[in-house]
Amino acid sequence: MGKLTSPYRWGMVIDLDRCTGCGACVVACQAENNVALCDKQQIGEGRGMHWLRIERFWVGTYPDVRVRFLPVLCQHCHDAPCEPVCPVYASYHNPDGLNGQVYNRCVGTRYCGNNCPYAVRVFNFYQHEWPPPLADQLSPDITVRSRGVMEKCSFCIQRIRRAKEEATGEGRLVRDGEVQPACAQTCPAEALVFGNLADPHSRVARLARSPRRFQLLEQLGTHPSVYYLKGGGREHV
Amino acid sequence: MSDIPVTAKSAGQLNGELLSSLRPPSRRWYLLVLLLGAVVAWGLFAFAWQLTHGMYVTGKNRPVMWGFYITGFVFWVGLSHSGTMVSAILRLSQANWRRPILRAAEAMTVFCIAVAGLFPLIHLGRNWTFFYMMPYPNQRGLWPNFRSPLLWDMTAITAYIIGSSLFLYLGLLPDLALARDRASGWRQRVYGVLAMGWRGSAHEWSVYRKASILMAALIIPVAISVHSIVAWDFAVTVVPGWHSTIFPPYFVIGAILSGVAAVITLMIVIRKAFQLEDYLTPLHFDNMGKLLLVISLLWTYAYFVEVQTTWYAHEPIEWEVFSFMAGTYTVPLLLMLIGNALLPIVTMCFQRLRRSIAVMLVVSLLVNVGMFIERFLIIVPSLAHKNMPFVWGSYAPSWVEISVNLAAVAGFTLLFTLFAKFFPIVAVTDVRELEVLQAEVPLGRAKLPAIVGEE
Repeated sequence: MGKLTSPYRWGMVIDLDRCTGCGACVVACQAENNVALCDKQQIGEGRGMHWLRIERFWVGTYPDVRVRFLPVLCQHCHDAPCEPVCPVYASYHNPDGLNGQVYNRCVGTRYCGNNCPYAVRVFNFYQHEWPPPLADQLSPDITVRSRGVMEKCSFCIQRIRRAKEEATGEGRLVRDGEVQPACAQTCPAEALVFGNLADPHSRVARLARSPRRFQLLEQLGTHPSVYYLKGGGREHV
Repeated sequence: MSDIPVTAKSAGQLNGELLSSLRPPSRRWYLLVLLLGAVVAWGLFAFAWQLTHGMYVTGKNRPVMWGFYITGFVFWVGLSHSGTMVSAILRLSQANWRRPILRAAEAMTVFCIAVAGLFPLIHLGRNWTFFYMMPYPNQRGLWPNFRSPLLWDMTAITAYIIGSSLFLYLGLLPDLALARDRASGWRQRVYGVLAMGWRGSAHEWSVYRKASILMAALIIPVAISVHSIVAWDFAVTVVPGWHSTIFPPYFVIGAILSGVAAVITLMIVIRKAFQLEDYLTPLHFDNMGKLLLVISLLWTYAYFVEVQTTWYAHEPIEWEVFSFMAGTYTVPLLLMLIGNALLPIVTMCFQRLRRSIAVMLVVSLLVNVGMFIERFLIIVPSLAHKNMPFVWGSYAPSWVEISVNLAAVAGFTLLFTLFAKFFPIVAVTDVRELEVLQAEVPLGRAKLPAIVGEE
């Protein structure tokens, strides 16, 4: 982590105590990032294209059953298992600590997808189509991926780029809260908070220091950029 | 090694018999080639189908993103160890019984590795961009990532294809000259070019001998590195069930096991097809059987160690992968254990069974069925039950993947059949070398002690 030269280290905090499992983030992500539409059959085959999924777990025994939601997106690991295995640098680490995916480099070995412990990488098994009028809402900022390439959450890198360009034009750094990915922007419960972890005063950095924090599969040593909060006096389990 | 009746026949007769595979093809040969060609054509159609439709025509999904293609890849790389094993190791250890089979084994290596090399390309999501993985100055301004085990794979396989082809070609030289001298017309010209002006002078033989020993010694580390690297494809990942330090040696042992079994199968087929009963005797099968027994014991040990560590540690996710594998794929698992361990170990202990051609055929085929299952059981269950239980899945191969794998078998057989028709499939020189290496040379009625031996 020390090797980064950028003043930014983008990260996210997901407060599981706030998450209601409404799925707004999933829809927002799909609309923002030209994520393909998949029908029931494709999802049933395990070929859905969601960059962000909400895992639902039932806890306890009847009648005392509770549901827990776990939104899982690319963790933008600082020691990402997907990066070294890609033979063509389609999966690479950018200076802001993001886990980039260059679609037109990808040859589709799917090695990154196998090596991702979070299983957040999705592969274009199909050549996806957007039936009219949905094709009209495709974002011009982002490639529409062809079949045979791997894709995944980018933390809405197109928004980050725009915010950085504006800030550079005005000769300053991106302000806290100035940029957020579609999922965080949409979350009605404000369970998802995005920001610069390199700035100790940012909201995300303060939340990430919470005693409620944990990370997914921390034992693997992947050093994710996503922190989860859980517990907080209202014990769910 | 007097079991080969080299002295009972004249030199011309011997050459004639050993080169019998070069005689004009029969109708049955054409039929076989046609049949194999049809299967290959079907496989090509299946691949074209995948190419035009997308990867959804395979059985792959998230999380099982590798399936039958990579299984086939590892399997064929394993088979390719036959030639190196039989030819190089036995050449260096001066085992005379290797002689009649070494050509077939070396040719098998070349064709197996060629077939294996196709699988990673077939399995790409965008097959048409395969050249992105090659290191050459390009307009993308991008060098491939040599941290990726896939690049190690490509390097190792390229080295192995080149090395084993040279090994095969070097051994062929004197036999090509022999074929040239016996052929006429265009065949003579082709063999003449390929024999590169071999005259059989003492100097040529001395250089040839040195080169063969050198190649034999050099090809062994290459062969071992190839399968270690294939194992690293799995071992260097963080996938539970793949991330295991025993994989490289375990894979090399598995490769040699399937290689030895494949050579036995091949010996039986060649013996029957080219009437080489005098040269491939039950004694040869006896020796190969012993080799199979040793390798099978080694494989069983390696497999036991791998499972034992998983069981003892009982790390939840590792154990989950193992239980899922044993629970979902019980029948293949048992087949694998029978084919790779139980059957060869029990049968190969008995000389009568080792010398029975029928038993050897059944055992050698089942070993390779077991080895294919072994690769499948390493690759798929680990992916199906990775760290995140929410995205656990399963996998079943589609007709496309099965067709391509069948076409690989047919394609290999086709290449081999063609090779056997156009090139001497029994190493005439190596077999006839025994004449001069005998302890006693007959001279008229007397027998004189020989003055030459293998260096």
